Amino acid sequence: MAEGTPLLKVTIDNITVEVPAGTTILNAARKIGGDVAPPAMCYYSKLEGSGGKCRTCLVEVSKGSEKDPRPMPKLVASCRTTVMDGMEVKNITSSKVIDARQGVVEFLLINHPLDCPICDQAGECDLQDLSYEHGKEASRYEFEKRTFHKINLGDKIQLHMTRCILCYRCVFAAEQLTQQREHGVLDRGEHAEIATYIEKNLQHDFIGNVIDVCPVGALTDKTFRFKNRVWFTKPVDAHRNCTKCCGEVRLWMRGDEVFRVTARRDEWGEVKEASNGKTGWICNECRFDKKHVSDWVIEKPTHINRHSVISQGHYEKLQKPQEFLPDLMHREPRLIMDIHNVSEVNRTNIDLSEIKGPAHSTDFNK
Amino acid sequence: MSKKLLLEKAHVEGIKHYDVYRREGGYKSVEKALKTLSPDTVVEEVKKSGLRGRGGAGFPTGMKWSFIAKPEGVPRHLVCNADESEPGTFKDRYLMEFLPHLLIEGLIVSSFALGSNDTYIYIRGEYAWIVDILEQAIEEAKTNGWLGKNILGTGFNCNIHVQRGAGAYICGEETALIESLEGKRGNPRIKPPFPAIKGLWERPTVVNNVETLAAIVPIINMGGEEYAKIGVGRSTGTKLISACGNINKPGVYEIDMTISVEEFIYSDEYCGGIANGKRLKACIPGGSSVPILPANLLLKTAKGETRYMNYESLSDGGFATGSMMGSGGFIVLDEDQCIVKHTYTLARFYHHESCGQCSPCREGTIWLDKLLYKLEHGQGKLSDIDLLWDVQRKIEGNTICPLGDAAAWPVAAAIRHFRDEFEWHVNNPKESQIKNFGLAHYANPIQPITA
Repeated sequence: MAEGTPLLKVTIDNITVEVPAGTTILNAARKIGGDVAPPAMCYYSKLEGSGGKCRTCLVEVSKGSEKDPRPMPKLVASCRTTVMDGMEVKNITSSKVIDARQGVVEFLLINHPLDCPICDQAGECDLQDLSYEHGKEASRYEFEKRTFHKINLGDKIQLHMTRCILCYRCVFAAEQLTQQREHGVLDRGEHAEIATYIEKNLQHDFIGNVIDVCPVGALTDKTFRFKNRVWFTKPVDAHRNCTKCCGEVRLWMRGDEVFRVTARRDEWGEVKEASNGKTGWICNECRFDKKHVSDWVIEKPTHINRHSVISQGHYEKLQKPQEFLPDLMHREPRLIMDIHNVSEVNRTNIDLSEIKGPAHSTDFNK
Repeated sequence: MSKKLLLEKAHVEGIKHYDVYRREGGYKSVEKALKTLSPDTVVEEVKKSGLRGRGGAGFPTGMKWSFIAKPEGVPRHLVCNADESEPGTFKDRYLMEFLPHLLIEGLIVSSFALGSNDTYIYIRGEYAWIVDILEQAIEEAKTNGWLGKNILGTGFNCNIHVQRGAGAYICGEETALIESLEGKRGNPRIKPPFPAIKGLWERPTVVNNVETLAAIVPIINMGGEEYAKIGVGRSTGTKLISACGNINKPGVYEIDMTISVEEFIYSDEYCGGIANGKRLKACIPGGSSVPILPANLLLKTAKGETRYMNYESLSDGGFATGSMMGSGGFIVLDEDQCIVKHTYTLARFYHHESCGQCSPCREGTIWLDKLLYKLEHGQGKLSDIDLLWDVQRKIEGNTICPLGDAAAWPVAAAIRHFRDEFEWHVNNPKESQIKNFGLAHYANPIQPITA
């Protein structure tokens, strides 16, 4: 933020936040965090031009700005609409938004195979999270879903178009990271597909990052496919001296085995900044070839949101909820009726090993 | 006989060629504009004329022109949208085919007003032969000093380039058209920024329909205020209507927006009545995207007033009981037509033409298509009609460009006005395959609603 730039006040779901001019509604909402931030399937802050396509981040602008308080007639894509001073936005407080978002989730799922049990992305899939949070319990679509053949993009990446939601993130990533147009979209409408022209191999050093930007399991790492479920592996932050990229990665390990290497992601599922301030894209060598613990300097276990299924591996020290009662009441918490005390099960003078057969209440009455 | 401004000379022998066109008074507006008016006065004249965009949305052209950003040292562009792909609309084709010089003339004046030195005509790929006509006209204009450098010694340079599209309906949307013109995939851009700020090659751009640009010629010739006197209210000037369907005389008609819909359909000067002595069932008054109206709502508004062929009267009653002027593709359906089949055909078209960029349109249009296929082929359920309604509701307004709305509106209007025909299809699956629902009560007079 430049010195002296005036901050704009924007109110999202009745929470006011101050942001510099040019910020999008989505980024202002992310500043507040939590449920206020609209979900985003196609927007990726590190990719120029992304966003506006998936329509999951639609919000209602109930007041345009301080100068022009008229509401916007339609719901707007928060990832591509910049804030104005005094703007009032409704996200989860607007029934219109909830309804439209439910519709979008249903649309995204009608042609999605829902093959989560055999999909490598399951557990860290944006579409899975989105449909849990904003979708309905069942689909009303009764027709055959569209399918495609699997395509190999080079020897390390597999494209499974059936799962694709056409967010265009990988197209932007391929265009902006590799500085050459190798990767695009063919056809239009619902039969549009991500394609390299005549399945040309993607040779560039940074092309592996398309796997990380994919919100669903359409682009998967062939060195990891079907090796393990992500929630059985434990993520740790690690680094190595790499001449091509920042070398700061996340290793997904089980025991001493490195199953997968990915870039580090922040809480919004986007690639984190590296310690030198650059975007943390990693090169193909780090991603696909360095699969030994000895290649890496391991820093620490990665902090994973405790709502994520990945955190069920308990690899990180379990954060016990803090007990505040002793500080307030100056005594230990007391249960209202401790069944063990009433039944005297806890009586220590009876040795269970001396009882023959299963223990009965009568055994304790002695 | 209503006043003709655009098609007055359309039947003069050899009007396609420069000599005849010039002899008939062509290029007078260029002389007038370049020699006696400043660009700002031209914009002012267009504003005074009240000309509204003829491509479908009906946005005031003068206002659109005044929005164009004018940063120092950045070229501006005018783009002529000749990607006329709306089913039922063929007015631009007629205009370009018979009066190519009228478009060129309008383009030169408009380019002068907007300061565009390189003007583009983005023409539909299927109009292959019209490209040749236009290119020949441009060549003739150039050799006679109306195009090129230093036109009429005023120091204004202008070149017109014709670019063919590759057969995509979506490229008629202005930002998709710009993308396509730049050589990219024709996906609509996310607005803002609007083309008036950042359009073609990130330069300020105005995109106008062929008919709008041709209408600039009479506006300059007769003056904006004179032009505004033609027509009624905010519907000024003349409008080309391309009439088709079950009528005796399909074709392109120029109307001055004062005649009633009834007169337009039944008078011998225009459509000449319904063909084969049948009765009118329904009509789409402005190209396939606008809501369909049953006969009773078409001829009279819900208030019981006569409906006229102009922007305000056609949209009277909103979407509940009205429609839109749209692009002027007037499709008439007689009593033998099946509304379900007709709606299915449109849904199939929008499914085929959706660009696939944003999810509601990409997935929603295929859903509409499949549901309507089911209903049309006697496999539907009553709940499918409600589902159709809900799906169209979730597409409308949630998409990047108006194609989503265009796909949703015809379906919504068909269910709104012809629900009993849909239900008949569900309840009589076998019968619906061999015969039609017929006219039913759609032409019966309706009780006027009084507040």
